[in-house]
Amino acid sequence: MEAIEILFTASLWAAAIRIASPLILATLGELICERAGVLNLGIEGIMTVGAFAGWVAVYHGADLWTGLAIAALAGAAFGLLHGFMTVPLGLSQHVTGIGITLLATSLTYYAYRLAFPEVTSPPKIEPFAPFEIPGLSQIPFFGEALFRQTPLTYLAFLAVALVAYVLYRTPIGLAVRTVGENPAAVEAQGIDVTWLRMGAVAVGSAFMALGGAFLTMSAFNSFYFDMVNGRGWICIALVVFGSWRPGKALLGAILFAAFDAYQLRLQQLAGAYVPYQVFLMLPYILSILALIAMSRRAGYPRALMIAYRKGER
Amino acid sequence: MRLEPRTETGLGLKLAAPLAAIAVSFIVAALLVLIGGASPFAVFAAVIKGAAGTQFALLETLTRATPLIFTGLAAAVAFRARLWNIGGEAQLYAGAILCVVLGTGALPLPAPVLLPMIAAAGFLAGALLLLGPTVLKTRFGVDEVVTTLLINFIMVLFVSLLLDGPLKDPMGLGWPQSKKVIADAVWPKLVQGKRLHWGFVLAILAACAVWFINARTTFGYEMRAVGFNARAARFAGIPVNWVMAKTALLSGGLAALAGVSEVAGLKGNLTLDLSPGFGYAGIVVAMLAALHPLGVVAAAIFVAAMFVGADAMSRSVGVPNYIANVMVATALLTMVAAMLFTRFRLRRG
Repeated sequence: MEAIEILFTASLWAAAIRIASPLILATLGELICERAGVLNLGIEGIMTVGAFAGWVAVYHGADLWTGLAIAALAGAAFGLLHGFMTVPLGLSQHVTGIGITLLATSLTYYAYRLAFPEVTSPPKIEPFAPFEIPGLSQIPFFGEALFRQTPLTYLAFLAVALVAYVLYRTPIGLAVRTVGENPAAVEAQGIDVTWLRMGAVAVGSAFMALGGAFLTMSAFNSFYFDMVNGRGWICIALVVFGSWRPGKALLGAILFAAFDAYQLRLQQLAGAYVPYQVFLMLPYILSILALIAMSRRAGYPRALMIAYRKGER
Repeated sequence: MRLEPRTETGLGLKLAAPLAAIAVSFIVAALLVLIGGASPFAVFAAVIKGAAGTQFALLETLTRATPLIFTGLAAAVAFRARLWNIGGEAQLYAGAILCVVLGTGALPLPAPVLLPMIAAAGFLAGALLLLGPTVLKTRFGVDEVVTTLLINFIMVLFVSLLLDGPLKDPMGLGWPQSKKVIADAVWPKLVQGKRLHWGFVLAILAACAVWFINARTTFGYEMRAVGFNARAARFAGIPVNWVMAKTALLSGGLAALAGVSEVAGLKGNLTLDLSPGFGYAGIVVAMLAALHPLGVVAAAIFVAAMFVGADAMSRSVGVPNYIANVMVATALLTMVAAMLFTRFRLRRG
């Protein structure tokens, strides 16, 4: 009985929105890359870079928004590397992506150890504080769930609308969607496929880094090893689950996060009977199930993972 | 500028690719060391001394290379058929679990029977673990990269669950570790009194076996054909899904042997830190070897030397040992790019 009552508490949904925020940003990033035809398995490492870069900038005196910009730039830099290797060089997107994750993660850990050689507890920053939207935050239930979040959460929701608008209502969005379906058609329009795809991967990677930065600058106030903890891979599943559409991906991320918040509460309720590891496994299992469920209907961008070489058919 | 396919690739060019990759990784590492305020020469000298400077160091490198040969072979076998098995980590733990379940006294058998039996059971556990994602790929088109990656996370939690419950060592003072395997289940040492064990020899034999399968059997030919062009292979009458499944069994099993070898040969029990990412490092090993099974042995020894050497270096010079991870990742990316130029040449126009 209690297990069902939890579902109707505002605090569960407030937690769900909070947990969803980094997933939303990173999923949008992966979605942009894949819409342009490039699978970006660097996501896990790029999120790690974003988490560290934003946090370390703020630690050294930058304000929070500058920190975010630095995180996004760091992410875009790794995106450009991934883009360079997979688009003009046309190398395996799988292997390159794994390599980018390994490189980004190890560079981050190296930089962290260099900057803080002998620390027992990682140094802290003053993270984004929750911002109550006047008026809206007073609405019962919804006010607490939606409108008492940190600015980064509002940014994540705005980003969904922005990405959806750009993808579906602007010429550049049309070009990005087309290059993921039929690059030759884009080439025929006189648009350079290479630059378009690389640009999309860089922008997408910046979003991933912002998702990582949410962890150190909003959810927590410090950087830890392994703090991304598979979130990147979950975002890849969320892109498939959302059929490569920003709105559906947002819905998927919130559903997923609600489930995650729910299992945390169930743990307290049923922790005596079921080992806590079972609860921690559930999000990963859910991701796999979502992939299987959506596989039949998956509308892959048709040129996803297919390198484009000019003049080749 | 455009790329033009080469009709043939000389041996020199093939060997140049990994050498270029290693050179670039050293250059990147040198820059990072300079940023860290140390001398690259002092650091590299310390790494090399730590990896091969003494008999102890050399044996330590070979000991560390043993699981990497297995996970490297696992990746090489799968990648050749374009089955992207990133789940080496999970398969390794599957092998390790089986080793502990059967090796801690459940089967009171003499060593000559027990050792191969445990290895076979471990192999099977890893094989079946990869079969799942492979069937999802061939039947439903679910990308195996994501599923195998997610299974890695599930597996580590599963191991943690086992070490809290059924496999917990009652004498372990509360640490999450299993009981030690019995004496008859321990793989003998290769050098008396040192850590290097028979797993190393077994790993080299496994590499030779994979080479034989690749070069001399129909299955090897089918794997290559499927990897090169699955549609053409299907047209030629090769049962593509069945070949994929067989590849998965072989690849998953090989990765699991890394887990069996680490428990039965080196550590004696199962802990949560049994593998510091051997599964992921296996991908790098396979790529550095250009997926050649015998090259895997050399690449695994190189990667192991970097890790062992960097550990020793960070103790003496004080540059973070993550420099080894950076070098290995750089080598992977450079190797992937360098491979392009063994297949294509750059032409103007």
